[in-house]
Amino acid sequence: MSSEQRSSGATTAPRAIVAGHADFAAGLVSAVQQITGRGDQLIPVSVAKLSVEDIEKLLRTRMVEANVRVIFTDLQAGSCTMASRRILRGMEDAVLVAGANLPTLLDFVFAEGRSPSEAARHAAERGKAAITAHGAGGEGA
Amino acid sequence: MTLELYRIDDRLIHGQVVVGWGQPLNIGFIVLVDDTVAASDWEQELYRMGVPPEMEVYFHTASDAVGALPRYRADSRHGLLLTGDIATMRRLVDDAGVKAVNVGGIHAGAGRTQRLRYVFLSPDEERQLRELGVRADVTARDVPGARSVPLEDLLAGEEL
Repeated sequence: MSSEQRSSGATTAPRAIVAGHADFAAGLVSAVQQITGRGDQLIPVSVAKLSVEDIEKLLRTRMVEANVRVIFTDLQAGSCTMASRRILRGMEDAVLVAGANLPTLLDFVFAEGRSPSEAARHAAERGKAAITAHGAGGEGA
Repeated sequence: MTLELYRIDDRLIHGQVVVGWGQPLNIGFIVLVDDTVAASDWEQELYRMGVPPEMEVYFHTASDAVGALPRYRADSRHGLLLTGDIATMRRLVDDAGVKAVNVGGIHAGAGRTQRLRYVFLSPDEERQLRELGVRADVTARDVPGARSVPLEDLLAGEEL
């Protein structure tokens, strides 16, 4: 068995970058790891104190180092999202998922049968569908 | 209504601006003054993608912003003006009567030293800010809930 496989057969090579404000990325990746043991598919990137140019440079470097084409970010207007859009310009095989949440990432790490870009698009839909509101006159009130 | 905030922020439109300031101030439009962005349709589209549909973004060079500001000040909505550097804001202070400037973010870079968690300055930028402080009330604050830091405290690095 390859060193990049667990006894379960799950891939451990990085497949995506997670980036966002403060400790967003590290927090989400640690949650994925705790729930699934597959957190090593995700590379958390923190960009506090960095300029826009340095954020772009850092994300680009991480993508090249890990040979990944998927980036998950937290906020449409966030600096990581802006930088990722610049990086992904012209990269037709790359995907940016902005507004990622924990259900998004959980779906992604279990979608090993899909290409990373297909898995990212599927995970984005799953993440959207996973948001619900309860109580105060709504469902379950 | 008027332009509620004149902000220097090298990240231009990002989370703190759109959400942190945009929501409590009920911002309906952003005036982004940057020569590079004003010359690039692609960059403008990138920044437009970062704001919610109900928020407009207008792009200007430093030169044409001077003439456009009276129109924005008379707008019935609340607005926010952004520049990515001190020199551009200086132009608006000198030629368009901007009286108060918010330093919202100047991040780490070559030749810069840290003054606040979110402000790093080169010696030349420090000089520019001191000159700006003669003509306008310059304070630093990244988000509305944070303390407004006077220019002298900012330059002294007293919040570190």
